[in-house]
Amino acid sequence: MPNFLRYTRSKLQNWPDVLFRGVTRLSALFVLILLAAIIGSLVMGSLPAIKTFGFHFLVSSEWDPVADQFGALTPIIGTLVTASIALLIAVPISFGISLFLTELSPRWLRRPLGIAVELLAGIPSIIYGMWGLFVFAPLFADHVEPWINDHLGTLPMIGSFFSGPPMGIGILTASIILAIMVIPFIASVMRDVFEVVPALLKESAYGLGATTWEVVWNIVVPYTKVGVAGGIMLGLGRALGETMAVTFVIGNANSLSASLLMPGNSISSALANEFNEAVGEIYTSSLIELGLILFFITFVVLALARFMLYKLAKREGKAA
Amino acid sequence: MTKLKTIVKSLGLVTAIVATSPAFATDITGAGATFPYPIYAKWAEAYKAKTTVGMNYQSIGSGGGIKQINAKTVDFGASDMPLKPEVLEKDGLMQFPAVMGGVVPVVNVNGIEAGQLKLDGATLAAIYLGKITKWNDPAIAALNPSTKLPDEGITVVHRSDGSGTTFIFTNYLSKVSADWKSAVGEGTAVSWKVGTGGKGNEGVASYVQRIKNSIGYVEYAYALQNKMTYSQLKNRDGQFVKPEDTSFKAAASGADWEHAPGFYELLTNEPGKASWPITGATFILMHKVQDKPASAEAVLSFFDWAYSNGSEMAAALDYVPMPDKVQKLVRAAWKTEIKGADGKAIWK
Repeated sequence: MPNFLRYTRSKLQNWPDVLFRGVTRLSALFVLILLAAIIGSLVMGSLPAIKTFGFHFLVSSEWDPVADQFGALTPIIGTLVTASIALLIAVPISFGISLFLTELSPRWLRRPLGIAVELLAGIPSIIYGMWGLFVFAPLFADHVEPWINDHLGTLPMIGSFFSGPPMGIGILTASIILAIMVIPFIASVMRDVFEVVPALLKESAYGLGATTWEVVWNIVVPYTKVGVAGGIMLGLGRALGETMAVTFVIGNANSLSASLLMPGNSISSALANEFNEAVGEIYTSSLIELGLILFFITFVVLALARFMLYKLAKREGKAA
Repeated sequence: MTKLKTIVKSLGLVTAIVATSPAFATDITGAGATFPYPIYAKWAEAYKAKTTVGMNYQSIGSGGGIKQINAKTVDFGASDMPLKPEVLEKDGLMQFPAVMGGVVPVVNVNGIEAGQLKLDGATLAAIYLGKITKWNDPAIAALNPSTKLPDEGITVVHRSDGSGTTFIFTNYLSKVSADWKSAVGEGTAVSWKVGTGGKGNEGVASYVQRIKNSIGYVEYAYALQNKMTYSQLKNRDGQFVKPEDTSFKAAASGADWEHAPGFYELLTNEPGKASWPITGATFILMHKVQDKPASAEAVLSFFDWAYSNGSEMAAALDYVPMPDKVQKLVRAAWKTEIKGADGKAIWK
């Protein structure tokens, strides 16, 4: 058979492949288009506010719908503080959970515990919010916050972070609820990556007389660094954007306060609260700009995480 | 045999759908305020049972209702905050009050029972401005000589979402306190000086019930249904009144609707010995010139029916129906203000 005929024939036979490649490429492109469209509409929507307030929007804590004066400082700080405290609580606990599940737990307990963690991840956030408001907040107000006031509130330097009326709702409560919400995410990712560490490595270390902790810290963690960081970022992403649960317990007050026991506000809960009834161009536009800022924060956090991982990988490459 | 039955059944279903589809065409659509949603839903149900005309109401909030009616995606909009006459003029809208309710200060102070605490406008404004911070402040004590007030800080609770309830409340405070008017002002969302925000009436209600020594404000229906400790208020005539439907009605009949262009009438701080000072109506918005006269007529028929037959349902849900006098004025306004594209009145 002449060569060119074979070529045409193979090309003809290949048409499903070509079609399939086209379709998948389109799907991938669709993600990019969607992303660009979202950024575009957010920027367009927030233009009036950007023009009116400029950079001042980011540093002003005034939020006055009556006088049409808006500044995003309070919700920005609220979002960053609640997400950071949530991670501070959630990461060590998740580490403990996944460590126990992969290294220490008796075999019969692993599966039920693992399923329980995954079930927790599946609970809708409004349930966490309602539980936080009706069950957790009263307990926290009656039993924990007075103690915090008496013991931590009197300390020099950090005292002002922990003093205030024991209301049960506020920045700290929101952070704790967020921590509970992100633990299952981080823990299940950590467990999955811990499980892929080759038994050969671990057993060699044990064979050399390493303790469990030494094996985990020197073998498991370095081996799974990237996965662990990915899990933490997943948790951070959820903590930054979480809306309903935070709205229930953060107190929704647009005021800056040093104390973690006082009510505050976060970007997503400000949006959820005010978007419905926002009247007037500047008000609506300011809320959309808040959305843009949240988008930007999430983007920066993810980009930073990627960059850190990249650096890490590079350094290791050199060391080797 | 069973197969035959299913076929017959599904045929019956199809004919039923076909038969009822003309009714779908005349269904009324509306969107807006959340506060009157329960009574609109109740009215719609009863109206449909009687006339087969359904009413589809989306309670998306007053701001959303105003946007929707301006975009003409609904037959009527609903707002807790009346639009100013000049805004109505600009957008070619007319508005009328549908039903009333009251806003009630609620407290959670150990030893104080419902209706026991007495407050006046100036004191309430000072509490919400953060100027009065203790329950045993001399200003509160002077109003309540026989009540033992605790030496505890006041936790202020307000709405976190934009709300018609907040508008009525802040409108009242602006009327009775010059400090409030200059420092905060009135609106569906304002820049609160102190306090914690709860989402929705239910959010404020649950915060006040949870937090000791707190004060908040909710719709009357919520205070009643949650058995909350409401306070008495001193009205414009210097009388202390309790929130109840007679005091809301007194406020509504004291209002001068006849001389209020576009029914722009806020029922706060009305004269009258029995008037509850924080009363407000919720409003319906419609276009003055109707592209679809049939659906406009359906909307008007619905509210005409609700005025005439809906009072008991409203009272059962703790709303206050509009007085007869106001209903008459509204019907007259329909005649003169709402017209088809041909310039003929739709309501006859």
